[in-house]
Amino acid sequence: MSKAKLMQGNEACVEGAIAAGMRFFAGYPITPSTEIAELSAENLPKVGGKFIQMEDEIASMGAVIGASLTGLKAMTATSGPGFSLKQENIGFASLNEVPCVVVNVQRGGPSTGLPTLPAQGEVMQARWGTHGDHPIIVISPSSVKETYEFAIRAFNLSEKYRVPCILLMDEVIAHMRERVELPDPSEIEIVNRKKPDASIEKYNPCEDYDGDGIPPMASFGDGIPFHVTGLIHDKTGFPSTKPEVTQNLIDRLMGKIENNLEDIIDYEEVLTEDAETVIVTFGSVARSALRAINLLREEGIKVGMIRLKTIWPFPEKVIQETSQRAKNIIVPEMNYGQLIDVVKAAADSKCNIVGLNKYVGELITPEEVMAKVKEVINRA
Amino acid sequence: MRKELEKYFRANRLPHIWCPGCGHGIITGALMRAIDNLKLDKKNICIVSGIGCSSRAPGYLDFYTLHTTHGRGLAFATGIKFAKPDLKVIVVTGDGDCTAIGGNHFIHACRRNIDITTIVFNNNIYGMTSGQYSPMTPKGAYATTAPYGNIDRNFDLCKLADAAGATYVARSTVYHVPQLIKLMEKAIDHKGFSMVEVADICPTYFGRKNKLGSPVKMMEVLRDSAISIKAAEKLSKEELVGKIITGEFHNEIAPEYTEEYEKTIEKAQGGC
Repeated sequence: MSKAKLMQGNEACVEGAIAAGMRFFAGYPITPSTEIAELSAENLPKVGGKFIQMEDEIASMGAVIGASLTGLKAMTATSGPGFSLKQENIGFASLNEVPCVVVNVQRGGPSTGLPTLPAQGEVMQARWGTHGDHPIIVISPSSVKETYEFAIRAFNLSEKYRVPCILLMDEVIAHMRERVELPDPSEIEIVNRKKPDASIEKYNPCEDYDGDGIPPMASFGDGIPFHVTGLIHDKTGFPSTKPEVTQNLIDRLMGKIENNLEDIIDYEEVLTEDAETVIVTFGSVARSALRAINLLREEGIKVGMIRLKTIWPFPEKVIQETSQRAKNIIVPEMNYGQLIDVVKAAADSKCNIVGLNKYVGELITPEEVMAKVKEVINRA
Repeated sequence: MRKELEKYFRANRLPHIWCPGCGHGIITGALMRAIDNLKLDKKNICIVSGIGCSSRAPGYLDFYTLHTTHGRGLAFATGIKFAKPDLKVIVVTGDGDCTAIGGNHFIHACRRNIDITTIVFNNNIYGMTSGQYSPMTPKGAYATTAPYGNIDRNFDLCKLADAAGATYVARSTVYHVPQLIKLMEKAIDHKGFSMVEVADICPTYFGRKNKLGSPVKMMEVLRDSAISIKAAEKLSKEELVGKIITGEFHNEIAPEYTEEYEKTIEKAQGGC
């Protein structure tokens, strides 16, 4: 039976993560994500899980990877500066296909920036923050309820594809309180990483046994010794500098995402069918966009919205199709203009694409979205 | 190689990458002898490293092995040990990896007294990047980044570990192998955070740059400069210059981190 609860976004994140099977959290205090660490410290031991406050952000990411290698579902949470510090080890997790969830509650940047105020400045960092070509999944909730659901989905995607999943929140969603109907635990779909067949005589930790690009993952302590290294490695897990080994590895890692776009990409379309102007948005800004659309529709203005739930891999197809129909696409985001570049790259060149950018630590309001829509329509 | 040690090595990963005369093989061999003497189940041992010459050791060893990012071996190892306390976790690290980029993780692992054994391969130099000074390079020594002599003061790593809260602290050298094996055994057997610093040699980068002669000559220097804790107590500060004090500096039993957390779990599940 489901139960209703008044919850904060950060609280929903922890509840969802524990429901998904999180049993390890390592973190470091940072605003506005700290409640995620606090609630993990309180609730994890109740279910036999482990919480540790590490000496810094880098160590937290390292500990999460170590724990995941022993088979536990592990998460860390941070915000801007801490997200920057974690990047090297996020790359290690991506290369070594270590499932883990990294929550980044976006606040104003750059540097220490606006610690208590919202932003969406890490659209690009979430994708390309660590060095080198690597796969990653980034999903972004627009409500407290969705934060609960996406925490579960983040673990499921991470376990299924053996890739770090970034839960990209923002300060508004993190600190907002909403009524959430929590599902009955029996109704929650839980995905666990693939384990190697016990009958395997010689386990190669990076061998694509099933042909789906996702090697089964043994755990430290399972009885099968194996090696994990941040160096480029072959199917045995040991280092190699051979061009063909590197090519095969990187292609397989990227393929895990590219070959499963349908499964990973998720978005919501609102009144896009007849829309002449479509708003492409995500996170808390989508709430203002929705309000604006409802008010503009009352005025007879044909406007709709594509709300991205998955940001990376970027949902190119729907943007491309929409851009062939709609006259205008507006991309409101709480940054100087990040998502808009990806939208432009995916869209038909005939479509008029306009940004609405606010980077002052305040949420974009419905009025601002409405004004931008009218400005764009009148100019056309 | 001694027959009984073969099972600990991944023969197909050898030969190793270390230079002729390097002391890393001696330390790795001593560690395997210590594990063998303790009759530990190799399927219950996880060996973790950071980045650098010494951090390549785990790749040659047939355990659960993890070659992490620079300086972060102890951070990853903390996650492993905390998540799975039944595993015996050993970290192998170099002087740069452990005391410079990994210095923060080192002091905090000491402070928590988490049951991890750390073996520090201290050859006083960054070898992998060909000879830059580390926080363990003696004052006045030369390195590629100290062409006029090093002005940095070096750590006394045993004092640092002790002050930070490690409950087992020892030092030996690659010349004094029987002592080294014994100290490693005690460190691995110790419940809590243990650290063995091993005075090591890098003939290629530290030796050449400082005109210390052949590897044999460098080993002789280790032989002649090592002095026991007891003997050191009788010497003045001036007389101790250039000496390597060896032995067991600290050995105490204190609450261990993962065991303490088990009590936290009991509290969380029993109370309120």
